Parts: sequence; structure tokens; C-alpha cells
Amino acid sequence: MFPELGQIALILALLLAVLLSVVPLVGSLTGREQLQAFARPLASGMFVFIAMAFGLLVHAFLTDDFSVAYVANNSNSLLPWFYKFSAVWGGHEGSLLLWILLLSGWTMAVAIFSRRLPAVMISQVLSVMGMISVGFLLFIILTSNPFDRLLPNIPADGADLNPLLQDIGLIMHPPMLYMGYVGFSVAFAFAIAALINGRLDAAWARWSRPWTTVAWAFLSVGIALGSWWAYYELGWGGWWFWDPVENASLLPWLAGTALMHSLAVTEKRGVFKSWTVLLAIIAFSLSLLGTFMVRSGVLTSVHAFASDPERGTFLLMLLAVTVIASLTLYAFRAPVVHVRSRYGSLGREIFLLLNNVLLVSATLLVGIGTLYPLVLDYLDMGKLSIGEPFFNTTFTPLAIATGLLLGAGIFSRWKKTDGGWLGRKLLWPLAISVVVTTAVVIGYGGFKPWAFAGVFTAVWVAVATLWDLNDKSRSRKGRLHGLKRQSRSYWGMVLGHLGLAMTIAGVTVVSNYGIERDVRMSPGDVATVGDYQFAFRAMGQRQGQNYTSQYGTFDVMKGGERIAVLHPEKRQYSVGMRVMTEADIDAGLSRDIFVAIGEHISDGAWAIRLQYKPLIRWLWLGAVVMAIGGFFAISDRRYRIRENSEETAGETRGARLPVKGSAEAVS
Amino acid sequence: MHPIRKKRLTIVLFLLAGIGVAVGLTTYALRQNINLFYDPSQIAAGEAPHDVRIRAGGMVEKGSVVRDPESLKVRFRVTDFQSSVPVEYTGILPDLFAEGQGVVAMGKLDAGGSFVADQVLAKHDENYMPPEVAESLKKTADGQPVANGAAQSASY
Repeated sequence: MFPELGQIALILALLLAVLLSVVPLVGSLTGREQLQAFARPLASGMFVFIAMAFGLLVHAFLTDDFSVAYVANNSNSLLPWFYKFSAVWGGHEGSLLLWILLLSGWTMAVAIFSRRLPAVMISQVLSVMGMISVGFLLFIILTSNPFDRLLPNIPADGADLNPLLQDIGLIMHPPMLYMGYVGFSVAFAFAIAALINGRLDAAWARWSRPWTTVAWAFLSVGIALGSWWAYYELGWGGWWFWDPVENASLLPWLAGTALMHSLAVTEKRGVFKSWTVLLAIIAFSLSLLGTFMVRSGVLTSVHAFASDPERGTFLLMLLAVTVIASLTLYAFRAPVVHVRSRYGSLGREIFLLLNNVLLVSATLLVGIGTLYPLVLDYLDMGKLSIGEPFFNTTFTPLAIATGLLLGAGIFSRWKKTDGGWLGRKLLWPLAISVVVTTAVVIGYGGFKPWAFAGVFTAVWVAVATLWDLNDKSRSRKGRLHGLKRQSRSYWGMVLGHLGLAMTIAGVTVVSNYGIERDVRMSPGDVATVGDYQFAFRAMGQRQGQNYTSQYGTFDVMKGGERIAVLHPEKRQYSVGMRVMTEADIDAGLSRDIFVAIGEHISDGAWAIRLQYKPLIRWLWLGAVVMAIGGFFAISDRRYRIRENSEETAGETRGARLPVKGSAEAVS
Repeated sequence: MHPIRKKRLTIVLFLLAGIGVAVGLTTYALRQNINLFYDPSQIAAGEAPHDVRIRAGGMVEKGSVVRDPESLKVRFRVTDFQSSVPVEYTGILPDLFAEGQGVVAMGKLDAGGSFVADQVLAKHDENYMPPEVAESLKKTADGQPVANGAAQSASY
């Protein structure tokens, strides 16, 4: 009976979503406040029912209710409980339910944290979020119901979760990524609301900023987790393949990064308004595009569960409606640009404009490379794929240019920066960066132009950021006082940029100085990779909870000393008999040592992949640091409730307390 | 020129230059990196270019996988049940690589007509058939009823 309750909860949520998308909007357009007041309760109600549906699906998984088709297809009674839990979003239907749960969660969060906003604005924002919810709830209910039953032939056991997905990475990666995707819906809703009532001002930008930053922070972590997971779980040590599915997540990230920076200009200087609105629309549309590409079955990968054409069509319609409707609104309502440009040739505005140009170019490049084959295929003009070199050769120069500009832009001032002053300011950071880069590149064993450029970019960004921090924290009361005086949003920027520098450094070093060797080894053999010797000691067997494993024992030695013992595995899962490669990694801040077993070749000999991956952890840690920066930025005081409204909140709380007390006394 | 106009002009020029560079890079890089897909029949008919990176796909012919005893070199034939192409690859094959399974290989045709692969893909799911392979199998099956029989007998 529980699954039916879940379905009913979804339908009720849909009804509330329909009301939410109509009632407050009508109220805001006609100026009726009692209708606007429905926005918050409706948003909360929708969240409650969706959370209920999600909870019921979790319950079905944890209790092995294989009468539910989705559970039977994606779980198995042998799975440990945490994989049963994460299996909830291990397939198409459940992952969409997670999507919509997070969407309603964001809607709820907007309802809670935007008490300071004018009622008209908030009701419009929540209405727009309601419209998005209607689309996705309809999608779930009509095409992808997770509560469909397998009656009366209930299978004795489930078909199991794909072994690739039985991993900590999968528990965390989709929720984080979706938080990011869905989070851009808030910036989108703010943009649409601003277009509807024509209030594109600094206040609008200030409201949008924290939401955009949080979404971006989650998306950064989500992408990094996906990359990390691919690195150790897909088995072969690659961390980015320019696979369409990966690109689908990178596109909204690039657009979101541009949006974050352009929002800063709009808030501080009141310019770039139309552009910012457009970016907000683009960022969310790209999130939808990502969802479409991954979920519709146009791409085949570990992510594509559905190849039901109905689903693809529905998602494409949803995407088309969103894009066409919002761009139409944009065309009619975007402010006519009066360029009262009061910014000079080297003002910070210009640097941020260039940042946006570069980021949008990168978005376009990745978008073209990803969509071109799909479009050609759809038009029946031939099957082709675009290889990694395309992305590497086009994306790298843009990334480097962005980094170089960033270093200079940090020192620039709003409105106008004196060129000569800026040049002198950059002299020392430039000198330091050249020296450090040269040392690093020589330390890693040789000059390569791209390696030099990449490392230089990373060092340059880091040095410029720290130099600026040093300048700003200079204080007569001592350095500590100066550091304390900096705002949280400034710290956010510092961390964001240092994180970017770490990621660039990691990507560059591991791509240029990493070593990868595929060798044929039998127990007793020793192979050398760089400074490391790998001694293959033996193969053994062991029994896991739902798999049997053949594992190797490798001693890793450097300079005659044993530094690690690694046990890479070849697992055979008992349900479905799938074979999985589990690499073993000796992880470290400065380098990873990676061993994976390929297939058994003959008489005790195995294909073995040995890798030395310098600085690879940095590329994920950088994303984490960026995300921490994002959270720092939104904790800035100016986003918090104004003091006077805090007082009123205190008063009501104070007033309520005695009432509560008396109620308790009565009971 | 009026300073505001001059500023606008600078911005427009900046944008144009950016777009120009992007478009230039894209077309250049695209021309270098488009990998067309060919099925074994097309390759056997000589439609595929030599010494250009292409993708080829089909089913791994049963009994065709031969390993070199000394290295990681492996030879197998990829078939669409019409024609088959010999493939050479050095390295680790994916977990789901097996005789009778669909694969896609990236690489170049050498002068002798064998396909030297630098990458072999067999995707994450054992039920998965690369879409190109599925389509080319369907095409050969639709076109020649004889091939249909062959496909059935091969998938016993």
C-alpha cells in the first residue's frame, strides 16, 4: 500500500505546484495581497508531499519491496543497506524523484530565507519555481513513475544495482550535482520575476547572488566527485574524458561561473543588467539541457538509463518551452540599454566583461563539440564523434587566458584603473610567478610549453590573489587585525581563486608529467614506472558480501624502500555475473600511485596498468576549496537579515514563548 | 571620436576578436578531430580512408581473438555478419570485451587493410550495444535476408 501512497503524494504535490505557479503570480499581477500570501504555504506543502513520496520510495528500497518495478530493477536483497539507500537514485525514475525533491527543497529554502523581499517579488519567484516543478512532476507521473508495480508476478529478488554504482561516489555525486543543476533554477526564477515586474536593479542582483553562488558551489563539488569517481571506479585512472555526459555538467558550470561574476558587476555598479539576466536564463537552460542529454537516452553511457523515446520527447518539449518562453519574455522586457557607461578602459568592469566573454566562448566550444555529433546524427547526416583533442586544443587556451586576466583583474579598481599603476603592481607577482613556475617545471623533469603555460597560470592566479590579500590586510593595528577586517565575501573570492589555481595546477601537472604503463606481468615480475618499482607478489581470492574477488598483491618501492602494498581487484558480482575492475591507489597530496588489473592473459600472466599521477588530488581539492569559498561568500553579513527585522523576529519569538508555556501547562 | 562611442567600439571590437578567435580555433580543431564511423562492410568495400583516425564497430567474431604470448598485443575480427575486419590492439581491453559482444574501436586503417586501434570501447552494461553497431547490424539484416539468417545463427 505504501507505494500507492507515494503516487498519491506525487499527484497532490502536482496539484499544489499548479496552484503555486498560478495563484501567487495572479496575485502579484493584480496586486491582491491575500493571493500573494499563498506562495509560502503552497511551496511548503509541495515540499512536504514530495519529501513524503521520496521517503516512501526509500522505504520500499530498504524493505526490499520487489513488487515495485523500480526497486526490483535496481536493488537486490544482498546489497548492504547504504547501497540500497543510494540505489534510490541509481536509476532513471528515482534520480528524477531526487531532482524534483531538491527542486522543491530549493523552493522551500527561497520561501524561508527571503522574508526580507517584497511580497510581489517573492510570489513571482516562487510561482516560476512552481512552474518548473509542474513540468518535472508531470514528467515523473506520466512517463517515469517510480512506484509502478510488478503485480501479480512479484520477483523473488531484485536485478541488482549496477556494480559500478555500488560505491561511495555514487551516494554523493548525484545529489551534489543535482543541487547545483536545480539551484540555478533559483537564479532563473529571480531573473524571470525581475523581467516580469521590470525591476532589474542592484537589489535584484543582491538577492540572486547568494543563491547562484550556492548552486555553483554544489555543482563544483558534484563535478569533482564525478571525476574522482570515474578515476577510481571506472578502473583506468582517467579523470576527465570530455564525454558528452561530463560536458553536460560542465556547460552549466561555465555559464554559472560567468553569471556569478556578472552578477557582481550588476550589484556593485548597476551595469550588464540585460546580460546578467540572459546568463541566468542560459545557465538554467543548460542545466535542463544536461538533464535532457543524460536522461533521454540520446547518449549512451553509465548515466543513460532510459531509452524510452517518449521520455526524451517530453524532456525536449520541457526544455523548448522553458527556453522559448523565457527568451520571448526577455526579448520584450529586457531593459533598453542606455550605456551610461562610466567605466574606464581598465576598470574592473572591463576585466569581468572579458572574463564573461572567455567563459561564454568556452561554454560555446564545449557546447558545439558536444551537440554537433548529436545534431548531425539526428539529421541523419552521418555518425561521427569529436575526439578529446578538439576539446583540449580549444579549451586549454581559453582557460589559460581566463587565468592570466584574473591575476591582473584582481588588482583593478571599479570604474577606472590607471594602466601604469596596474603595470607596476603586476611586476613583482609576474617575476615571482616566472621563478616559481620555472622551478616547478624543472622539478617535474623538463620544460614543455603547455606545462609551463598551465603551471604559470596557476601560480600567477595564486600569487596575485595572495598579493592582493597582503595589500588589503595591511593595517596599523597589525596583520591579524587587517585580516580580520576583510569581509567574508572577500575571503570567498580569495578561496575561490586559490581553488581555481589548485585545479589548474593539478590538471596541468598530471596531464603533462603523469606516467601510465600497461604491462604484462606474472607473479614475481617487477616493473618500473618513473622512480617507482612495482613488484607483483601474488594473486589471491576472497569473498565479498555480494561478489567474489581475485586480487593481486603489489609492493611499491622507491629507492629500494617499500612505500606501499596495493591490492587491486577483479570482482565478479554474484547477481548478473558482471565483472568489475577495482583499482587500488596509494593516494597522496603530491602524487597517487595507481595499480589496476586488466584481463587474465595466459598461464598466470595478467595485463596490468601502472600509473604515477603527480598532483592529481589537487584538481579535486581545488573544486572543494572553490566550493568552501562560495559558502564563505554567502555567509557575508550583508546577505543576512537586517538588524531591525531581526529585532522584530526576536519580539515575536519572545511573545510566543509564554503562549507556548501556557499551552504546555494546560496539557 | 566621441569618448563613449570610442568605448563602445572598443568593446565591440573586443567581442568580435574573441568570437573570431573562438570560431577559428573551433573550425581548425573540428577539422582535425572529427572521427567518422564505418562498419565492417564499408571498410571491406574500401569506403573508409586509410591513415585517418576513424571509428569502426561491430561484433567481435567468435573464435577470432588471438593473443600475443609475449606482450599485450591482441588481434581479433570485428564483423557485421556481412564482412569482417581484422583489428590489432595493444593494451588492456575493457572488462566487457568478449567474443560475440559489440565493440567500437578507434584507430587507423593501415595499408594492409587491418585496423590498428588505439582505443577499444565496450560500454558499461552487458546489454548495451553501441548505437552505431546496432544500426549497422540492422541495416545489413534488413537489406539481405541471408545476413539475417547469419545473424541468428551467430547469436545462438
